[in-house]
Amino acid sequence: MLGFVARRLLYLVPVLVAVSLLTFLIASLLPGDLAYVILGDQATPEKVAALRHDMGLDQPIWWRYASWLGHVLQGDFGRSFRTGQTVLQAVTERLPVSLELMVLAELGALAIGIPLAIACAVRSGSAFDRFMTGSAFGMLSVPAFLSAILLIYLFAVELRWLPATGYVPFEEDPVGNLRSFLLPALTLALGEWPVLMRVLRSDMIATLQEDYIAMARAKGLKPSRILLVHALKPSSLTLVTVTGINIGRLIGGTVIVESIFALPGIGRLLLGAIFTRDLIILQGVVLFVALGYVLMNFIVDMLYAVLDPRIRHGHA
Amino acid sequence: MATLELSIDQNLAVGEVRRTHRLGPLFWAAIVWMVLVFAAAALAGVLPFSPTDMDMLERRAAPSALHWLGNDGLGRDELARLIYGARISLTVGLCAPVIGLSIGGALGMLAGYFRGRFESLVVGSMDVLLAFPPLILALAVTAYLGQSLLNLTCILGVLGIPAFMRVARAATLTLARREFVIAAQALGATHARILLRELLPNVFLPLFAFFLLGVAVTIVVEGALSFLGLGVPPPISSWGSMIGEGRESLEVAPRLAFIPAVTLFLTVLSFNLVGDTLKALTDPRQSAL
Repeated sequence: MLGFVARRLLYLVPVLVAVSLLTFLIASLLPGDLAYVILGDQATPEKVAALRHDMGLDQPIWWRYASWLGHVLQGDFGRSFRTGQTVLQAVTERLPVSLELMVLAELGALAIGIPLAIACAVRSGSAFDRFMTGSAFGMLSVPAFLSAILLIYLFAVELRWLPATGYVPFEEDPVGNLRSFLLPALTLALGEWPVLMRVLRSDMIATLQEDYIAMARAKGLKPSRILLVHALKPSSLTLVTVTGINIGRLIGGTVIVESIFALPGIGRLLLGAIFTRDLIILQGVVLFVALGYVLMNFIVDMLYAVLDPRIRHGHA
Repeated sequence: MATLELSIDQNLAVGEVRRTHRLGPLFWAAIVWMVLVFAAAALAGVLPFSPTDMDMLERRAAPSALHWLGNDGLGRDELARLIYGARISLTVGLCAPVIGLSIGGALGMLAGYFRGRFESLVVGSMDVLLAFPPLILALAVTAYLGQSLLNLTCILGVLGIPAFMRVARAATLTLARREFVIAAQALGATHARILLRELLPNVFLPLFAFFLLGVAVTIVVEGALSFLGLGVPPPISSWGSMIGEGRESLEVAPRLAFIPAVTLFLTVLSFNLVGDTLKALTDPRQSAL
């Protein structure tokens, strides 16, 4: 296991370096000089040249990358030239909102997906199973921004049960906080559950045909115990991987959902930076999100190796 | 009792496999819808109405004989905007996966056939591209490059390369060990001949099925970017931007958000359905759904 972790960690290093390089190159090589963006169109060439010199933009590109990377390694992701806030401050301020949203969404997806998967697997091939797998397939074609509109229309415009937008900090009002997260989390969960349900359903059908399940039935164990204890655990291996693979989609969905429901998370920070052309924040957030994504995938890999010995011995 | 249940399950499994080989009415419905959307997009220029003519007196007008789907918030004909929007969604949705298919497919086949250092290099560089959540990368690059149809297509195309590479490489890896390839090698065929004449025809079908699924994903991502106001710049209409605009008037005229929403959904669903059916046909191992 240690050897596996070491190998994966070693592989992580070049990926992280390449990610930082790509983030830097996207921000540096593409048209639009940062100095012009900061000073505006009316800036005199002398002023622009002076600022370029101050920011080190007149240095060769590899030198700029090295010094930028040096700062990043010391935890200095840069500072917004619009608000004066550092990237790190801006990100840590908004991270809890995004994390809460993602956790609630994933929990919601599991809460919908697991029971449906079990119900379908038990009666695989029945009308209920075919209806649910069909709906799951249909739901895969509903992007987050569609279900968001639909949910807003249903619960905020027609029924007026929940707020359409707005954010209540948890410290102020825990119930109000959960209410403000309900629709956004449900939006993301609606896109996630079909994936989880499809995977768990097919794994579960396979597990239910194993001999030890027949054995448990023969012993006269309660069906609920067989399903939840004997069948669910060995069937949930792929579920872990799929959850990991879906993190990227979930992050993308978070940006859209935060924008629609006006939640002050990382996604809104990113979009705000794009619309105000706050390129330093943009660069910092992209790097930060990519780093977080790579690390999360690493953790999922590790988790999977813990669950399935074949992976850590390199036979899969 | 357990044995009885097992035998039922096996019968069902056989039935399912047979069902996927017969193309059901849903498959043909999806094909018909795709043809309809294509035809509408292709004939948009011939149609007698404009997507940009504003009629300020008829803002959010209900559907009528003149305006079949009514008008939007600026008095523009909703049906015309929907049809011109189909042009954008289909242009991006088809062209971007073509980029991914050709570059990713070629890289994947070369990597799977030649193996060695080249394969490690290709897989490694794709891992870097995959290290960014796709939508985040698309947003960031659009922000720097600027919004235009060409930029959008290129960005989404490049984002698709890793996935196509993986499919092509996986298919090539298994095919390269098959007898017909070994026979061709024994006959002294060149690498180019083996790749183009022996492997390509076999890799193409799974790649094409994946291409259709890629179209569905691309239409969704393009819709999301336009919805956020970062797709093609106005006044060009795209389904995503129409949904975004319709969201503002959800209380007075929900129709303006729901009409493009349903159109987008049906189109994405059609591509998913046809792609999934073809995938099941080309891959004997995956018979489900």
